[in-house]
Amino acid sequence: MSTTDNGATSQDNAEPSLDELVGTATNTAILPEPDAHAYDSIATGESDPLILGGHKFTSRFILGSGRYDLNLIKATIENAGTQIVTMALRRCRTTDNNLLDYIPKGITMLPNTSGAHNAKDAVRIARLAREVCQTDFVKIEIEHETKYLLPDNRETIKATEILANEGFVVMPYMFPDPIAARQLEEAGAACVMPLGSLIGSNKGLRMRDFIEVIIANAHVPVIIDAGIGRPSQAAEAMEMGADAVMAYTAIASAGNIPLMARAFKHAIEAGREAYLSGLGTVTEGHAVPSSPTNAADYLH
Amino acid sequence: MIVNGQRETLEAPISVTELIEERGLRPERVAVELNGDIVPRNKRSEVMLHDGDTVEIVTFVQGG
Repeated sequence: MSTTDNGATSQDNAEPSLDELVGTATNTAILPEPDAHAYDSIATGESDPLILGGHKFTSRFILGSGRYDLNLIKATIENAGTQIVTMALRRCRTTDNNLLDYIPKGITMLPNTSGAHNAKDAVRIARLAREVCQTDFVKIEIEHETKYLLPDNRETIKATEILANEGFVVMPYMFPDPIAARQLEEAGAACVMPLGSLIGSNKGLRMRDFIEVIIANAHVPVIIDAGIGRPSQAAEAMEMGADAVMAYTAIASAGNIPLMARAFKHAIEAGREAYLSGLGTVTEGHAVPSSPTNAADYLH
Repeated sequence: MIVNGQRETLEAPISVTELIEERGLRPERVAVELNGDIVPRNKRSEVMLHDGDTVEIVTFVQGG
């Protein structure tokens, strides 16, 4: 949820209260007559920021930078409206056409620790990444094999504790185990990043039930990190209360990459606004009339 | 000396700054590790490399 490390909610700040703009989740009928732009500050994230390690972001879409044409990166970032872009650290043979030359100014760089097999590797990669771009943000990824790319929660918790103590804003990719999520929080994680399904699978929220438990109990933002394959799945994640979505493959494998980035932006904003609005009740086995049903008022 | 996993012969000691220059790399785009420890940017001109050292030079690439 939208909380800072010390547990204060974003609504403790002097900014306009979200409640003032949206009313309560259960009774929107008592809203004062809003002007047409009364909700703009929600859509733009100004009154509803994502807070990571004390840093505020108005976008809730984190974009992977992998594998597409470098010349598409700027347009894709702009269409996505994203403020955080991930990248990997590798041995350097040339600095010509370096990724950093293509990332617009003002974007927060989020190095990952891909290639790390244990906590020690991840800590080493994180420190090197900080040396390259002077960022404190790091996305921990610890994987043992390349077939499933499943994260090792135990090593991830270890690395989180070490790096959080060194002042990093630690964003751990994790298998959606609610107990591990709590342990990551205790270790100092700035958020938790459970996978929706296998990385790059485009299968969506296959781990939904367990992510819901994580969301219900989290004191840090919950960011769905892997497997989100289409905008409707991103919206579904946001509707159920995820704080942000990270996507890469869904966008990189689209026919029109910048346009798909924009579709994701809209879906994530729509899902967030739906979550803030309060979704309607689901009924089973009967209809709920949406017109008056007083028998005396029918024309027959 | 081993640089990025490749064995190389070093005739005479050189600084980290000189190694980066020799390879045509932009210093602001890389981090350098010497025998497992990071060489901070402000120490690159004074830290000397000797035959037998293990050096890693890294940068960012595209990745999720």
